[in-house]
Amino acid sequence: MLSKKNKEALFNPLSKDNPVLVQILGICSSLAVTASLEPAIVMGISVICVLAFSNVIISFLRKTVPTNIRIIVQLVVVAALVIIVQQVLIAYNYDVSKKLSVFIGLIITNCILMGRLEAFAMHNSPWPSFLDGIGNGLGYTIILVIVAFFRELLGSGTLFGFHVIPQWCYDHGYMDNGLMILPPMALITLGCIIWIHRARNKDLQEN
Amino acid sequence: MEELNLFIKSIFIDNMIFAYFLGMCSFLAVSKNVKTAFGLGIAVTFMLVVTVPINYMLNKYVLQEGALQWLSPALAGVDLSFLGLILFIAVIASATQLVEMAVEKFSPSLYASLGIFLPLIAVNCAILGAALFMQQRDFPSAWTATVYGAGSGIGWLLAIVGIAAIREKIAYSDIPKPLRGVGIAFIITGLMGIAFMSFLGIKLG
Repeated sequence: MLSKKNKEALFNPLSKDNPVLVQILGICSSLAVTASLEPAIVMGISVICVLAFSNVIISFLRKTVPTNIRIIVQLVVVAALVIIVQQVLIAYNYDVSKKLSVFIGLIITNCILMGRLEAFAMHNSPWPSFLDGIGNGLGYTIILVIVAFFRELLGSGTLFGFHVIPQWCYDHGYMDNGLMILPPMALITLGCIIWIHRARNKDLQEN
Repeated sequence: MEELNLFIKSIFIDNMIFAYFLGMCSFLAVSKNVKTAFGLGIAVTFMLVVTVPINYMLNKYVLQEGALQWLSPALAGVDLSFLGLILFIAVIASATQLVEMAVEKFSPSLYASLGIFLPLIAVNCAILGAALFMQQRDFPSAWTATVYGAGSGIGWLLAIVGIAAIREKIAYSDIPKPLRGVGIAFIITGLMGIAFMSFLGIKLG
């Protein structure tokens, strides 16, 4: 069930081989949804579901799909799964799905999906592919949550919409940094996270 | 005037990269020198100009609620909008394939320089993103949608050429080791984004 290789597929993406920090995949949609924690977590969960199941499906199909049309096949599988996720969100969590607007749809072109399908699911059997999908999805979610945590805390002084910065701070002249809510700060926050991550993992540094 | 306004707005204010982070993956991967960055930017702009109006027509005459009315009045209540994603991505993927074949046939030199980037465009989020924003904003005509596509593409081109130029120069500077490569590219993009925000509120006419 959980041999050494499978464990690697599951746990490596959390830090050493993180899809966002190391493989630089899935930046596109990951930053726009991180102005506060709730949409970031919903987005993370959606990506985990789509990634795990598309990995499994492609892994089942890997021997029957001709090489030159595989991209179309992958896109169709992913698009079908994303439509399911989108409809579920609209049905059960309408507010958040409004907030995420087009970004749920953009999971289709999220490079994590194509990257993992090409790099892993096309060469591995379904069970490791499933674990790889869960692992990479979790790695992506962790980064989203970290970025969203700092942006929401510093930008609006709230977490999950509750005020956590006490009133006396504001009385003594503390102000929320409105800049953190704006899109460019997501990039700078992520840049700093990469900086810290690479300072701790020396073998990832570039020359 | 309305169109010109939209054009300027989609280049500078609603910039695909700085405001929505779309197409970041190829933006970071291909921005190491200006020449290839420019080639990719042109290819993306072209694809946007082609696919946004096609997707607009699809949305208006096939997908929207009651859009099939022109076929027969019995279909007035049909709402196919949940199929949007799959149709848009199919249009984009096949358009990419067509453009690739056309470029290969008519301009082998351009094909050689763009070669590997062309298929990648199918999964460039900026293209699907533009289609989805187009659906959300409900433009009045296909012409407006084309203008929007062109503006978004040129905005993307400007951004990628800008960062490629900066990255070419930055190769000579002494950056802290852990920040080299991607890290500094993110921070530069963020700073460029803040600069682009100074365009907020521009309105023509």
